Amino acid sequence: MKPLIQSERFVRIVAPLAVGVALLGGWEWACDHWHVPVFLFPRPSDIWHSLIKDWPSLTRALVTTMSITFQAFLCAVVLGVAIAFVFVQSRFLEASLFPYAVLLQVTPVVAVAPLIIILVKNTQAALTICATLVALFPMISNTTIGLRSVDPGLVNLFRMNRAKRSSTLLRLRIPSALPYFFAGLRISSGLSLIGAVVAEFVAGTGGRSSGLAYEILQSGFQLDIPRMFAALLLIAFAGIALFLAMAWLSKLALGGWHESEIAVET
Amino acid sequence: MSIPLKNVSDMIATPTSPPIVEVLSANKIYADGTEALAPVDLSIDKGEFLTLIGPSGCGKSTLLKLIANLIEPTDGRLQWWRGGFDQVGREGRQLAFVFQDPTLMPWARVGTNARLPLDLDGVSRAEAGPRVAAALKMVGLENFEKHYPRQLSGGMRMRVSIARALVTNPDLLLMDEPFGALDEFTRNNLDADLLNLWWQRKLTCVFVTHSIYEAVFLSTRVVVMAARPGRVYRVMEIDEPQPRGKSFRTSQRFADLCRQLSTWLADASLPGDREKQS
Repeated sequence: MKPLIQSERFVRIVAPLAVGVALLGGWEWACDHWHVPVFLFPRPSDIWHSLIKDWPSLTRALVTTMSITFQAFLCAVVLGVAIAFVFVQSRFLEASLFPYAVLLQVTPVVAVAPLIIILVKNTQAALTICATLVALFPMISNTTIGLRSVDPGLVNLFRMNRAKRSSTLLRLRIPSALPYFFAGLRISSGLSLIGAVVAEFVAGTGGRSSGLAYEILQSGFQLDIPRMFAALLLIAFAGIALFLAMAWLSKLALGGWHESEIAVET
Repeated sequence: MSIPLKNVSDMIATPTSPPIVEVLSANKIYADGTEALAPVDLSIDKGEFLTLIGPSGCGKSTLLKLIANLIEPTDGRLQWWRGGFDQVGREGRQLAFVFQDPTLMPWARVGTNARLPLDLDGVSRAEAGPRVAAALKMVGLENFEKHYPRQLSGGMRMRVSIARALVTNPDLLLMDEPFGALDEFTRNNLDADLLNLWWQRKLTCVFVTHSIYEAVFLSTRVVVMAARPGRVYRVMEIDEPQPRGKSFRTSQRFADLCRQLSTWLADASLPGDREKQS
């Protein structure tokens, strides 16, 4: 029997949990001790109460934000993979289009969002477009690199066996690309949430209400700081849930063979 | 015993069928001007185990790639079964290549990896199944069909690679330093197994190696190559009867052949002795 502190489960679950409890306890204590007013910096218990009290409106906002996030994520994955396939088919196309993909990536979404929100009448659609723009690039670049990262020996083997282009793609290029694709999924899922929230902020300042970012803005105007924190908390948890879901998907797909998903045996 | 212990060099001296591959003054000069291979004439007969050996840069891998049609000669030409490469792959004219690395697909199980050439050829699963099983049995991996490559040792991965080559029932098996990365013990075992397979299946093998012992143990003919430019330096016929066992490795004859080959290789590595070129 190993000592508790060395057990894998203890280290992975209990240790971070203890840090969290200590932080929250310290926070609660500090706010009490120095009598920090709630509208400046609320205690964890205030945030919790606000979360319970405003649960219906907050969940409604959460659903809105998440639906934008998922739609944007889906668009980014489909578009990103499609563009990557086009890039891999022809160096010429990649050379001509890649700079624009980079341009898209480096332009801050906050700067483009007002334009899109003005141009697109439907708020939901406008926000989805903004979030897609943020999440798209990692999918393009990762999938492209993945489709290119094929063992040259295997390429030779396929060529020697007179493999058809379609079977080389299906049996060689796509499986080789999967680890990169899943790494792209993890980045893009987080980015679509960030993109959705940023776009909501921009839309919110323009008075077109929706989602958790709008809740944060409104709470700020009303000096309802605990509610602001509660909304923030929900966004953070949504992000973590997304990340875990992608990690789980990746493990499901690559767990059998790829180094990144194989537990080190000691 | 239905197989008589026949002197293999006799078989080669009186070929009953035309040569499998003929290299006709083929050379290779790369785009940057380096002459990787000076014009070579070589004919590979049915049933031989031909080994190409030489210092690095002697063009042995280049010659093997020419034979596999992975690259084209700059000048001269090659013939396969007295014809062009387009008819390779037909019944009785199958070619298989074993690379330096196992080059397995890490996402596919051993069985799927070994089945790849059949899958690419459009052979049905039902038909491929027994052939894959037979190929894996030949290399001693019959119980590993469901394993992933990462679960196997280096030697076992190489065995999968050989099974994948054997699954097509090749008539010509080309191997480019297949056991170079393995430890000597594993290499000796694989050599013995390969020799057995070659003998039982009546394969024709062209084998590239750095190892003198490996060359002498396996081959019916050793082609010693020299570098700068890569060329054929000498040819050694080894008429040691088959099947060769462990006792051959420790025999005086084996030692003599190794010493002879080693002397030739040392000469081949000397600069500026092109006049000895055959």
